[in-house]
Amino acid sequence: MPVVLVPGALRAEAGGEGRLNVEADGSLRAVLDEIGQRWPRLERRLRDETGVLRRYVNVYVDGEDCRRSGGLDTPVPAAAEIQVLPSVAGG
Amino acid sequence: MTATLAIGTSKGLFLASSDDDRRSWRLSSAHFPGTAVYAVAFDTSRPVPRLLAGIDSSHFGPTVTVSDDYGATWQEPDHAPLAFPGDTGAAVERVWQITPAGPVVWAGTQPSALWRSTDGGLTYELVRGLWDHPHRPDWGAGFGGQAIHTILPHPHDSRKVLVAMSTGGVYRTSDGGETWAPANRGIKAYFLPDPWPEFGQCVHKVARDAADPDSYYAQNHHGVYRTTDGGDSWQSIAATLPADFGFTMVTHPARGGTIWSFPLVSDGRREPVDLRCQVFRSTDAGDTWQAQHQGLPDDPYYPVVLRDAMCTDNATTAGVYFGSRAGDVYASRDEGETWSTVAAHLPDVLCVRAVTSGGVGH
Repeated sequence: MPVVLVPGALRAEAGGEGRLNVEADGSLRAVLDEIGQRWPRLERRLRDETGVLRRYVNVYVDGEDCRRSGGLDTPVPAAAEIQVLPSVAGG
Repeated sequence: MTATLAIGTSKGLFLASSDDDRRSWRLSSAHFPGTAVYAVAFDTSRPVPRLLAGIDSSHFGPTVTVSDDYGATWQEPDHAPLAFPGDTGAAVERVWQITPAGPVVWAGTQPSALWRSTDGGLTYELVRGLWDHPHRPDWGAGFGGQAIHTILPHPHDSRKVLVAMSTGGVYRTSDGGETWAPANRGIKAYFLPDPWPEFGQCVHKVARDAADPDSYYAQNHHGVYRTTDGGDSWQSIAATLPADFGFTMVTHPARGGTIWSFPLVSDGRREPVDLRCQVFRSTDAGDTWQAQHQGLPDDPYYPVVLRDAMCTDNATTAGVYFGSRAGDVYASRDEGETWSTVAAHLPDVLCVRAVTSGGVGH
């Protein structure tokens, strides 16, 4: 079962949890779709309504930046660790 | 009289409250710290005014959240309050304006779109008539983005709404939003080859006259205008202003013909005239203007006041408020005659709205 690590800034949208166990595997898109079903306010902070990952949200699947490994089609094995990290940006 | 002033900044929402007829103010800590608040509104049609905030995280996107207890708690529905239908291929980038009007709450966004809520501002539906307008592909983006930033529902006819966007200009509907027509005749677009186009103007802000619902005042990207025929034609009211650039325009809540603005030197010199922190008021619908600066800083003053960072409240003797990009906020309890400092050293002020024990500011 994949686990999603939620950054502190978003835990309020995940019921206060920092680790989310999800059923979906196969692709990052499937994982985010499940998050959208179970924690919708969290999911829309990661993706806009067109399904695109927000510009300053980085997602790592087993340590690999998804933007370099297939985007939302990045494979997600059953035991994957998915880490959500805000990028270093701001003013 | 009690009063609450909501101050949206680039790094959070601050609430200032007064219980001595706006003489002194207590400032809250930041709500949504680190998150930009481009739009804020009080819905006074409810037994307890609802505070609505359009917040915009640089990382996690925009949303709208509401509070029925003056910010003690906030609620955001599980569903996205605003989301473009899938067939549009668009995504909401920022909520620029929230305008309660009786049973409807309107919102304006970037990209330029108008939204309507009938559940108190929790769920918004895209107004297709404007989104599908044939002009939309030619609406441009200013430096701040392409957005609908002004929404003025008619006070007596719910079918009539006037909006303004940058760039694009003024549009209006008289059939509840099904069809829209530009209303920019007389407003100059000096930055286009044809300076008098049907649309494409960069109208920064429009405000409605308190007494005559067909009279409006507009601060344009150079040019200050008035219409008395609902937008059929606009005439300059900049003759006695020291400059015709700026972003703000607000009206008295009850008295027709009384308006305020914060002029800036020019497009290329976005700073107050004479580097003086001063508001200009007209009590004759813009025919003549007078400076108001008693109580405002005397030192050379460079900050800009953004389009929604000025408002009035609805007290009989209107309060006037503005905040700057330097993070200072000023209030007047006597229609601009004298001013006091509400807050200083805040993040850039993006918007202000005020509600007194009697209602909401404009």
